[in-house]
Amino acid sequence: MKVGLFVPCYIDQFYPQVAIATLALLERHGVDVVYPKKQTCCGQPMANSGFEHLTQSCNDLFIENFSTFDYIVSPSGSCTLHIKDHLHVTGMEQESKFIRDKVKELTEFLTDVLEVKSLKAKFPHKVGLHQSCHGQRGLKLAQMSELVAPGFSKSESLLTMVEGLQLISLNRKDECCGFGGTFCVTEEAVSVKMGKDRVADHTQQGAEYITGSDMSCLMHLEGILRRQKAKTKTIHIAEILNSSQ
Amino acid sequence: MNHADLADHFNKDEPRVDWHDKTLWYIREKRDKAAWQTPDWELLRSTASQIKNNVLSNLHPYLLQFEKKAQQNGVTVHWASTPEEHNQIVYSIIQKHGVANIVKSKSMLTEECHLNAYLSNRGIDVVDTDLGERIVQLAGEPPSHIVLPCIHWRKEEIGELFHKHLGTPKGNADPQFLTAAAREHLRQRFMTSKVAITGVNFGVAETGEIVVCTNEGNADLGVQLADVHIACMGIEKIIPQRKHLGVFLRLLARSATGQPITTYSSHFRKPRDGQDMHIVLVDNGRSERLASDDFRNALKCIRCGACFNTCPVYRRSGGHSYHTAVAGPIGSILAPGLDMKQHADLPFASTLCGSCTNVCPVKIDIHDQLFKWRQVIVQKGYTSTSKKVGMKLMTFVLSNPSVYKIAGATARWFRKYFPVVVNNRFNLWYKQREMPLAPKGSFSDWYKQNRKA
Amino acid sequence: MSSREKILATVQANQPNDSPLPELHFSVGEDNHVDRFKTVLSGIGGNVVEVADRNQIHEFIKLNFSESKRIVNTIPDLAAVSGIHAFENDPHRLEDVDLAILQGHFGVAENGAIWITEDRMGDRALPFITQHLALVIDKKEIVPNLHEAYFRLDTSAHQFGTFIAGPSKTADIEQSLVLGAHGPKSLLVFLIGQ
Repeated sequence: MKVGLFVPCYIDQFYPQVAIATLALLERHGVDVVYPKKQTCCGQPMANSGFEHLTQSCNDLFIENFSTFDYIVSPSGSCTLHIKDHLHVTGMEQESKFIRDKVKELTEFLTDVLEVKSLKAKFPHKVGLHQSCHGQRGLKLAQMSELVAPGFSKSESLLTMVEGLQLISLNRKDECCGFGGTFCVTEEAVSVKMGKDRVADHTQQGAEYITGSDMSCLMHLEGILRRQKAKTKTIHIAEILNSSQ
Repeated sequence: MNHADLADHFNKDEPRVDWHDKTLWYIREKRDKAAWQTPDWELLRSTASQIKNNVLSNLHPYLLQFEKKAQQNGVTVHWASTPEEHNQIVYSIIQKHGVANIVKSKSMLTEECHLNAYLSNRGIDVVDTDLGERIVQLAGEPPSHIVLPCIHWRKEEIGELFHKHLGTPKGNADPQFLTAAAREHLRQRFMTSKVAITGVNFGVAETGEIVVCTNEGNADLGVQLADVHIACMGIEKIIPQRKHLGVFLRLLARSATGQPITTYSSHFRKPRDGQDMHIVLVDNGRSERLASDDFRNALKCIRCGACFNTCPVYRRSGGHSYHTAVAGPIGSILAPGLDMKQHADLPFASTLCGSCTNVCPVKIDIHDQLFKWRQVIVQKGYTSTSKKVGMKLMTFVLSNPSVYKIAGATARWFRKYFPVVVNNRFNLWYKQREMPLAPKGSFSDWYKQNRKA
Repeated sequence: MSSREKILATVQANQPNDSPLPELHFSVGEDNHVDRFKTVLSGIGGNVVEVADRNQIHEFIKLNFSESKRIVNTIPDLAAVSGIHAFENDPHRLEDVDLAILQGHFGVAENGAIWITEDRMGDRALPFITQHLALVIDKKEIVPNLHEAYFRLDTSAHQFGTFIAGPSKTADIEQSLVLGAHGPKSLLVFLIGQ
């Protein structure tokens, strides 16, 4: 099985450690991972701003980079969802569909494809799990509180395999953090208020770390935490799952 | 003013935002509790959705059937293409009866048509009898929520308002006392109004009857004491058969407030002896929207307000930030269809979290429509030049791997050595958040150095 | 072209391809319907009184509504309570009714509602204008949910009917629940039977 590593643009540029941890984690589980070097961005920032018509070149580039793998794995729920819902290239419908079917977010890949049942990871800290919206409601990575349906959470299941990790319980388990792409600056007041409320939910329960599968959400929460000079830090789930013994 | 500016203003009073947010979240939680206690909740939702899909695909025969049955029942049926026409029809009925003061129970359609202003400009005194609506009416405001009209008012403020307008003792903010005062004040009005206007929750094609749901009994009291009943109804409020009311009435109040049912669910079929009953069917863009595969589903809405209560943005910006009769998530996909210029900002007042879609009792794909409206709005040119330029630049950078790498490295370099370039008051991110720290290099750089090429 | 013609023509042209009506298949739940009805109704502010027969209703009213100036009753079997009112088709004359006693058709367990139609109201305004309302139903006449209720109402030719679930209420003032908005301030339900 050959996996193409899809690294979101902002992780590539600002949070390389998340991609490094993702790569290491996959390799530790015996996966043959290739990082296509000419990848840039999935196109979500433009599409969500109403400029989907400008994303054709991003789509072309994506197919060029990723059409030859058994799976494409990414440490980002929202980028994965965007590709799953919106990758269409005229004249390359078969390749588009192939990629849409094979693109997986990291925790989804670990749970559903690799069927990981144990991890050699140790992270003895109190951790709050932020359930990012696109991954949760879009990719069905976890049950949403809106539905009357049995509970489950792929990231939570993986975190329980980590030695010493104490998962805190939240007041509002799946409320949005307020990042929302360009929303974070076009509706700055509401975006920050939402972020502050999320942060408070975690810090009030004593979280030392806030984790999740989307660095965009964590970047937004981290910005608020650091402005507040809070002790709580953010960390991507890939880094926890890949933490040393 | 657009949503972002109005929301910014709303957020200046943080304790008030906390109060508004917590109050509405509590109502969302009550909905959850009611849903979990109802066997087959998700089956109810999908059934309701399918019934409404059937209605939209057969709206023509259903409207004809509804009209015929209503007429056979002795009801006069009117058709209005526009809000103005609706207002004219209502006014002419009132004029014909020589009446100058009337009562009205809750109807978001009449808000959509701005009926109250139309009538009062013509010397008709309209009193909104729903307590929440009466409060905002006395305050000279529109409602901020389709089910809880004055959810943004604190009880002390209502106490002040009642002291000013109803003569209640200054400083009394006791809900029980204030409600009793409103009961007295409005009872006089019920006794003397000869015309009662109501909304319509559901119009049954099979029987021509209309159903009006209230907790307060104000619609019923108004109608039963009046000589004329005027019921205002959007054409999409049709349901096929009486038995379908079982599905919708099981979903409506639970979705709205977590109650199993409203106190009164009144089925008006024939007017009482000597009473005149009218139904005014309103289009106002609904028949046009029916043609759109992307946006038609919004017509399934039963106006429960569940999407408002669950929306993290609505809770923290308030209904008035949406500058339209029906606010919140459903309003954001309806309003651009009514007036794109006025409401181009609304589909962007969202993080597309998807919560709304999943509480909607009729499964409207609200967050998908928000995304689709954004594309339409940009294509139609209702977006700023700077945004257009910025997006084109972003596209250029992100579609050229080498340009992208240079841009990334440049951004990191500036972040490291000249942070003031980004850490300044022109950078909206920086207003209340720290910028991400700049790592030494990108992942691409690391991969080149640490893995074989 | 009239608005009617214009609207109908546009609707006909624009409506999408037929989407069929679904079947209605819903489960009923296993609870005892009477117990559920009592619990739900009490939870929404109604007062439930179980009685063996109509005489007990009479006794209860005599005991608890002795202060009431005007009681209107439309149930022939309860004539002893206050006589049968002669309605004059002028609802305004009912403004000073303290208590109205009416016979409901049946109750709905899942939401504590009682269905009543015009022919049992005396006047359509009575259930709403009275200060306090009492409804009488047979314990045997409680259905589990609204689907069953509408099954019963399938061919009902009522001219006006309503489900009444508890006293009138509002929570419009800071979500504080207040019983007694514009309709009756209280609802008393007499459940007759074993």
